[in-house]
Amino acid sequence: MSAKSTSTVLYDAPGPKARVRNNIIALVFIVVLVALFVWVVTAFAANGQFDKEKLEPFVDTNYWGTYILPGLWGTFKAAVASIILAMIMGAFLGIGRLSDHRSVRWATGAIVEFFRAIPVLILIYFLYIVFGVYKVFTSDYIAFFAVVFGLTLYNGSVIAEILRSGINSLPQGQFEAAKALGLRKTQTMRLILLPQAVAAMLPALISQMVIALKDSALGYQIGYIEVVKSGIQAGNEWGNVIPSLIVVAIIMILINFGLSALASNIEKNLREGRKKKSIVDTPHALPEPGLMSKEVMETTHPDPKHKDLRQDYGD
Amino acid sequence: MWEDLGPQLWPAFWVTIKLTFFSAIGATIWGTILAGMRVSPVPAMRVFGTWYVNIVRNTPLTLIILFLSLGLYQNMGLALAPNNANFTANNNFWLAVIGFIVYTATFVCETLRSGFNTVPLGQAEAARSLGLSFMQVFQLIVLPQAGRAVIAPMGSVLIALTKNTTIASIIGVGEAALLMKEQLELHSDQLILIFVIFAACFMVITLFEGAVFGYFAKRLAVKR
Repeated sequence: MSAKSTSTVLYDAPGPKARVRNNIIALVFIVVLVALFVWVVTAFAANGQFDKEKLEPFVDTNYWGTYILPGLWGTFKAAVASIILAMIMGAFLGIGRLSDHRSVRWATGAIVEFFRAIPVLILIYFLYIVFGVYKVFTSDYIAFFAVVFGLTLYNGSVIAEILRSGINSLPQGQFEAAKALGLRKTQTMRLILLPQAVAAMLPALISQMVIALKDSALGYQIGYIEVVKSGIQAGNEWGNVIPSLIVVAIIMILINFGLSALASNIEKNLREGRKKKSIVDTPHALPEPGLMSKEVMETTHPDPKHKDLRQDYGD
Repeated sequence: MWEDLGPQLWPAFWVTIKLTFFSAIGATIWGTILAGMRVSPVPAMRVFGTWYVNIVRNTPLTLIILFLSLGLYQNMGLALAPNNANFTANNNFWLAVIGFIVYTATFVCETLRSGFNTVPLGQAEAARSLGLSFMQVFQLIVLPQAGRAVIAPMGSVLIALTKNTTIASIIGVGEAALLMKEQLELHSDQLILIFVIFAACFMVITLFEGAVFGYFAKRLAVKR
């Protein structure tokens, strides 16, 4: 991020006095940050966390092959399986909530609200014990399926809501035109509404994938081997828990940051829509420009009707 | 089963509520500071704010809590509670609160930032033409209007935080999820009943939060 790109309406371009003041503030801020960083690093180093023998495992193929990579695979397996199942579940529940029959709307609404209101972790605990007591799966797979189904029920409900608001945000004319052509309700949904809603949902689905990747770490608590668990195990094996957790954190941050950036990029393209290619379109076309729009509008041509469907509040 | 669970239910949920309360206050303050940094005239603060948010919000919360417990306390010896009989319980409680603040603040910051865009350009232009400094524009003009616009999404952040407090069970904080796990293991003949009790209690809390924030979102909406 360069300093130049953030011209904003919140303050004037700094003059000589303001530049001096900003530099002093920046200096104090950086000194405090560096002091904090040095304090943490020296405290860890004093405990020998960064000694040579604790960093050596990172070039050991055994360290990666036996622990970290299988853990990463466990995280991926659980997240991908649950997102695929969640999309199926979300499609049924989302369309159910738009049904013409009150009973269907009510029942699907109750399911969605229930799974969105309770913590995923108690769902995972519950499924884990149920699968264990009633021997639903062989003991190797109990933890895996508890994590997958726990994440599926939660993410499926969220995807149902995303689908519903995606369909609701489509122009009313789409629905009316389909009706005028004599399409039946299922045809309207299948041929007209769903394809457009799914395209608009793509960024939301990717950011849901990030949530599933993060939430699969909940499997830690029921002994499922995902990347955090394997990091701790490797740390215990080589006596380098802190460096191991830092490495696991870096891996997860890189993956999730990449996916989030991809979602933002697609979202930006969708927001700009067809207008991007139009040379006659004026950038300042928004009816009520907000504070941040100035910098956005200088480079892009946002579609004021576009709705961001991503729902990431930290679940 | 009920003789065993009944008396323990309220204390466990009281811990959940306390975790949510302290974390929510901390996350609101730290998240607002972060949002201010991200739009401030000082480039170093903008860079820090961006990096902090991008790093922390992409880390699993389980990892953050574990890292604080293993790193902050067991390695660096930072004690957060008075040294008495309840030291471990209190210390773990505050470690968890710090973890939730660190994590939730990034979502508070991003939600608030999306609220900045609901404030019309003219507001900041008028404020600047009156000679207000950045801090004055931010505190007096932008924050009050943006804050009122994001009450509903802030409610979603609070609900997510309430649900996330269950992760504190990983370092042994005696909150609702930990109690449920113990009870499920003790009374395996009444699994569904126990689950329904805990789910219902969580629903009461989260739906209440949603209703309160929904009410104030309507009540305090900025008419434009």
